[in-house]
Amino acid sequence: MAAATASRSGLRSALPLLAPAYLWLTVAIFLPLSAMVFFSFMTELPLSGKPWTFTLGNYAAFFSQSLYLTLLLASLRLGLEVTLWCIVIGYPAAYVLAKVLKGRSREAIFLLVILPFWSNGLVRIFSWAMVLREGGILDTALNAVLPFKINIDLMYSYPAVIIGLVHSYVPYMVLTCYLTLQAIDDSLIEAGRSLGASRLQVLKRVIIPLSMPGLVAGAALIFVPVVGSFMEPRILGGRTGTFYGTVIEDQFVAVFNWPLGAALSFILLAVVLVILAAASPVLKREA
Amino acid sequence: MAGVQVSNVSRSFGAHKALDDVSIDFADGGFYALLGPSGSGKTTLLRQIAGFDFPDSGRIAIGGESVERVPVEKRRIGMVFQNYALFPNMSVADNVAFGLSVRGEAKAVIAAEVQGALDLVQLGKLGGRRPHQLSGGQRQRVALARAIVTKPRVLLLDEPLGALDKALRVDMQIELKRIQREIGITTIFVTHDQEEALTMSDRIGILRDGRLVQEGPPEEIYDRPKSEFAATFLGDANIFRGDATGSGILLADGTAIAAGAGATLAAGAKASCAVRPERIRIATDAGVSNATDTNVLKGQVSKRIFAGNNSTYFVDRAGQTLKVIVQNTGIERLSEGQDVVLRWSPESTVLIAAS
Repeated sequence: MAAATASRSGLRSALPLLAPAYLWLTVAIFLPLSAMVFFSFMTELPLSGKPWTFTLGNYAAFFSQSLYLTLLLASLRLGLEVTLWCIVIGYPAAYVLAKVLKGRSREAIFLLVILPFWSNGLVRIFSWAMVLREGGILDTALNAVLPFKINIDLMYSYPAVIIGLVHSYVPYMVLTCYLTLQAIDDSLIEAGRSLGASRLQVLKRVIIPLSMPGLVAGAALIFVPVVGSFMEPRILGGRTGTFYGTVIEDQFVAVFNWPLGAALSFILLAVVLVILAAASPVLKREA
Repeated sequence: MAGVQVSNVSRSFGAHKALDDVSIDFADGGFYALLGPSGSGKTTLLRQIAGFDFPDSGRIAIGGESVERVPVEKRRIGMVFQNYALFPNMSVADNVAFGLSVRGEAKAVIAAEVQGALDLVQLGKLGGRRPHQLSGGQRQRVALARAIVTKPRVLLLDEPLGALDKALRVDMQIELKRIQREIGITTIFVTHDQEEALTMSDRIGILRDGRLVQEGPPEEIYDRPKSEFAATFLGDANIFRGDATGSGILLADGTAIAAGAGATLAAGAKASCAVRPERIRIATDAGVSNATDTNVLKGQVSKRIFAGNNSTYFVDRAGQTLKVIVQNTGIERLSEGQDVVLRWSPESTVLIAAS
C-alpha cells in the first residue's frame, strides 16, 4: 500500500519531466500517422478537391497485384542481407574497439565509425556512385594495380544497393554491439579460458550470448529502415533498384496516389511488426 | 596434482619491472599464500603461472613440465577470480559444467561431476539458480566448484575473499581450507591480508616491488623475519636501529639490545632489531623481574587502546614510540602518562642486517 502510494506520487512528480517528450511524440508522430491511416482508407486525396469516399480498395490492391508481394519479399530479403553484412562487418569491429584497443587509438577508430553520421546521406550515396561506376574510382584503381584489364561496373546493380545500404547502416551495429561488448568483464573471458575453452569456444559460449542484446538491437535498428529504404535503391540500383520502398515513394512523389502509398506503408509496418514479434521470443531466449 | 616451480621469472611492463628474478618452489598438495602490498607483483606472478601472461625470461613448470609458453587453456589449471567471474548467462550448474562441456565430456558424466562439485561446496540444491540470485558467499563457492570440477593440476586464487565481509570471510577461510585438504590440490593464493595468509597457508611468500622478499612457513617468517619489511608487513613489530655488536645492537643513546634470533653480524655494521608487541612485558616499576628478560627499557605510556581481550599500549622512550600488546588477564590497567618499564627476552628479538 505504502509502496503503491509512493510510486503514484513518484509518477506525479515525474510528469513534468515526461510531458514534453510525450507531447512532442503526440504532435510529431501520432497526429501525422493518424492522418495517414485516415488517408489509406480514402479513394482520393481530399487536398485535391475531388470528391472522395471511404474504401478498402487501397489495401485490396496489395493482394490483387502480385507485384507488390514480390517487391515486399525482395525488400525483406534486402533487409536480411544488409543486416547480415552489417553483423559480419560491424561485430568484429565492435569487438576490437571494446576489447582490444585502448585509449587514444580507440578514440580515433571510434571517430571513423561515427564519421558517416556527420555527413549528408545523399552526398554519401552519390560519392558511392563515383566509386562504383565504370571508369570510376574503384575501376581505375584496380586497373592501375592489376596486370590484366578488368571492367568494374557495379553501378545500377543489386550489389551496389547492398554496398550503399551497408555503408549507411553499419555504424548502428558497431555502436550497439560495442556497448554490450564493453560491458562484458574481461575476467569472464579469462575465466572461460582458464577452464580450458579455446578463444573460439569462449566467443561462442560467453561473448556472443552476452552481447546478444546489442546484436538484436542493432539488427532491429537496421532491418526496419532498410526494408522501407528508397534512396539507396533508387540512386545506386537504377533500373534494378525497384523495391517496396521505392514503390511507396512513387505513390507519394510521382503518382500522387497518397492513399495507396499510405496503405502500402501500413502493410509494411504490419509485416515488420509481425516479424519482430515472431523473432522476439527466440532472440530473448538467446539473450 | 602437481607442484609448481617458478625459476628466475622476470616480467616488465614498459620501464616497470613487475617481476624481478622470482624463484619459488610450490610443493605438490601445499597451500601457498603470495602476500604483498598492491603493486608488489603478486597478481602478475599468479597470471604468469595461470598463463594469461608470459614471462620475459625464466621458467615455469607445472608437474615438471615446462609451461612458460603454453597458453592458459592448455595448462589444466583452475582459477578463482576476485570478482568470481561467473557467467551471468548461465545457471549455476551450467557455470560449473562449462569446463567439462568445452572438453566434450558426455552429458551424464558432466551432470554427475557437477553435482559432486556443488555438493562439495555445499550448494547441491542451487544448481538451477542464476548467479545474480546468489549471495556473495554462494557465488564464491560456485566459482570454487567451477574451478575444481575439471580436476586441475593447480588451483589459483586471486584475492578470492576480498569482496566478502569479515564474518563471511572467516567462514570461507575455514571452508576453503577444508576443501583444499579434501581434494589435496596444490593451491596458490594471492592476498594482501596478512591474517588470511597466516591462518590458511602452509607456506607464505612475501613480495615487494616485484621481488621475493622471504618465503617459508608462517611461523618461521613471523618469528625470524629477514628484513624490516617482512617483520612489519607480516604482523606488527617494534624496530630498533643501531650498530651491530655481534648478537645485538647498540642504540644511539648507548642502550644495548640483545638478540637471540636471526643473524650474527659483524660489529659496527648498521643493523636493526625487531620485537613483536606481544613479546614485551610491561610493568609500573622494577616489579616482577624475570631473569631471562634481559632487555629492559624505561618509558612513559602515551596512549592505551582497549580492545576487550587485550590492550595496546603506546610507550614513548627516547623519541621512539613502542607498541606493547597485553592480554587482559586481570583488572590492573596502566593509565596514560604513567612511567613504565618494558622487558623482553633476547630470544624474542630478531637481529636484521640493514638493507
